[in-house]
Amino acid sequence: MNRFLTLVGRDLRLALRQGSDATIAVMFFVLCVVLFPFGVGPEPNILARIAAGVIWVAALLASLLSLERLFQNDYEDGSLELLVLTPLPLEAVVLAKTLAHWLVTGVPLIVAAPLLAVLLNMEADGFGVLVLTLAVGTPVLSLIGAIGAALTLGARRGGVLLSLLILPLYIPVLIFGAGAIDAAILGLSPRPHILLLSGLLAGALPLAPWAGAAALRQAVE
Amino acid sequence: MHRFANPARFLRLSAVIQPWAAGATVVLLVVGLYLSLFGSPPDYQQGDTVRIMYVHVPAAWMALFVYVNMAIAAAVGLVWKHPLADLFSKAAAPVGAGFTAVCLVTGSLWGAPMWGTWWVWDARLTSMLILFFLYLGYMALVNAFDDPERGVKAGNVLLLVGVVNIPIIKFSVDWWNTLHQPASVIRMGGPTIAGEMLVPLLVMAFAFTAYFVSVVLLRLKSEILARKIQTLRLNDAQGR
Amino acid sequence: MPVFAGTDLTCLRGDRLVFTGLDFRVGSGEALLLLGPNGSGKSSLLRIMAGLLRPFRGRLAWDDAAVADDPDRHRGRAHYVGHLDAVKPVLTATENLAFWAALGGAPVPEERARAALARLGVPHIAGVPGRYLSAGQKRRLNLARILAAPAPLWLLDEPTVALDRAAIGLLEAIIAEHRAGGGMVVVSTHTDIALPGAATLHLDDFTPAGPDDGDDPGDDAGDDDEDTRP
Repeated sequence: MNRFLTLVGRDLRLALRQGSDATIAVMFFVLCVVLFPFGVGPEPNILARIAAGVIWVAALLASLLSLERLFQNDYEDGSLELLVLTPLPLEAVVLAKTLAHWLVTGVPLIVAAPLLAVLLNMEADGFGVLVLTLAVGTPVLSLIGAIGAALTLGARRGGVLLSLLILPLYIPVLIFGAGAIDAAILGLSPRPHILLLSGLLAGALPLAPWAGAAALRQAVE
Repeated sequence: MHRFANPARFLRLSAVIQPWAAGATVVLLVVGLYLSLFGSPPDYQQGDTVRIMYVHVPAAWMALFVYVNMAIAAAVGLVWKHPLADLFSKAAAPVGAGFTAVCLVTGSLWGAPMWGTWWVWDARLTSMLILFFLYLGYMALVNAFDDPERGVKAGNVLLLVGVVNIPIIKFSVDWWNTLHQPASVIRMGGPTIAGEMLVPLLVMAFAFTAYFVSVVLLRLKSEILARKIQTLRLNDAQGR
Repeated sequence: MPVFAGTDLTCLRGDRLVFTGLDFRVGSGEALLLLGPNGSGKSSLLRIMAGLLRPFRGRLAWDDAAVADDPDRHRGRAHYVGHLDAVKPVLTATENLAFWAALGGAPVPEERARAALARLGVPHIAGVPGRYLSAGQKRRLNLARILAAPAPLWLLDEPTVALDRAAIGLLEAIIAEHRAGGGMVVVSTHTDIALPGAATLHLDDFTPAGPDDGDDPGDDAGDDDEDTRP
């Protein structure tokens, strides 16, 4: 456990010193959402209708943005080989790095989301559910994305490839996440959606580190 | 070459199987097409349009069947490191993607007279579209590395992740579809398949399977030969 | 007295046979020097010993217990120094080192890190971020890693690259001290490094045939495919 926290701490420290990942992800998220009124017109009713979907799609793309570098730096400077060789199981390494990535890029998205909901005239009923679904859903995005980041290490055009691999797998998260907000706004219970989303998280928590570790072992071989 | 002692046996075996598979493809396809175009009645609602089903539905079956087979081969490749299992997924992927594309195109063609539009976000078609993306992602990943072996290995992990996700995606898309669309839309390949429709459907499915077998054998053979050439060149380069 | 040994090891990169039928044995306090031209598989053998690479055939054993049965345990007792220095540019030398020491299980990582840097003759870089370090300083920092957390088996792949004569002397002294304490060392090298009483292993004895001018497979297994593809 100590080693796990050491690794999380080191990745957080690296992210804070380098400083750009978190801000870029949030800025991309905000800009992406702000583009929509220019595309579909400033009509408040239309914006309110599409708000949940737009925010979720933008969150999805924003979390994808920084995933490419999740293992890339460690791979290039040789740290990854050494991480494979530490007594910490590789699955725990994947989980620790994913957790640090989510803390740096996922949490700011959750914080920024209500602001964007205001800009898009989302009904007030949806706000709480928006934050809740993002809080449950963005870890799933980071976990699935970690698999893709590990698989594309050393590939040509890794970043584009990563989105091609990962975006189809994001679809269930998008459906349940945006669906919960729509349900809440329509006065229905968002509970089933949120439970399904939690189910996805429960499934991804053991499976993603396993698959990511398998991919990393291949990458350093 | 040392590791192709086994593939040598495979090459001999495939040389025996392949003419039979190719012959079966031709015969079954001719019979199947005759049955579906002339030997079966038109649907009382959809008329002759229903004949698209005889290509559409078997293609959909094959799309899923091939992906599951690739995932099984991936598991075999990861666990037992069998070189043929690795090559199988790589050889099968474009064929599976082709079936998926056929399924999507025929679905769109079928949708035009039925729904009056070329594309409807019907749950089954949408799931097929996502499956198509999964195929494309796999093929892109396998070919993205300088070392072909690494590409195949990464592809194996992706296939296993994908096969776990397919039921989840299917479920979520069905869920999404019932929420956003009235249930009265006529479903493709609907539940009322009469016996005389089932026979051509099955014949076509077997024809597609035979086609799949013969093409995959051919692709496996060429892949093995390509690897052999590569090994020879590598040895040349090293003066051995 | 622990013994680390390999029997009948075969290494395959892609479809290329790097070496076959290789045996080695390192006992407590002993050193093994890997020699051979580029491409003979020195790096690959070290990566197999570390557990980064699985041998195509053959068995690695620690005191007759197969390493493959308990890979986690094996990782805990080996230190591997490869071609890359794994130095993070935004962390100071101490932070870089303390991280690896903590992962290796050292009780007071910061102190160990400082002591290790001093032992390698570079105490003055302790507070300097990685991006300001020279190649030689980075190498010393990477070598300090093996001192910061104790492990009986050291696997050093070309450790003398970028080191000056004085630093090589320091390294020789450190290795001698490690061996005196019962440690084992496996070193691959092109340059002279004094390892009194070390056994040598010529890897070209185990390659299939003929001389070889290819590149080292350890760091460019992918590239050689590209050159030969049509």
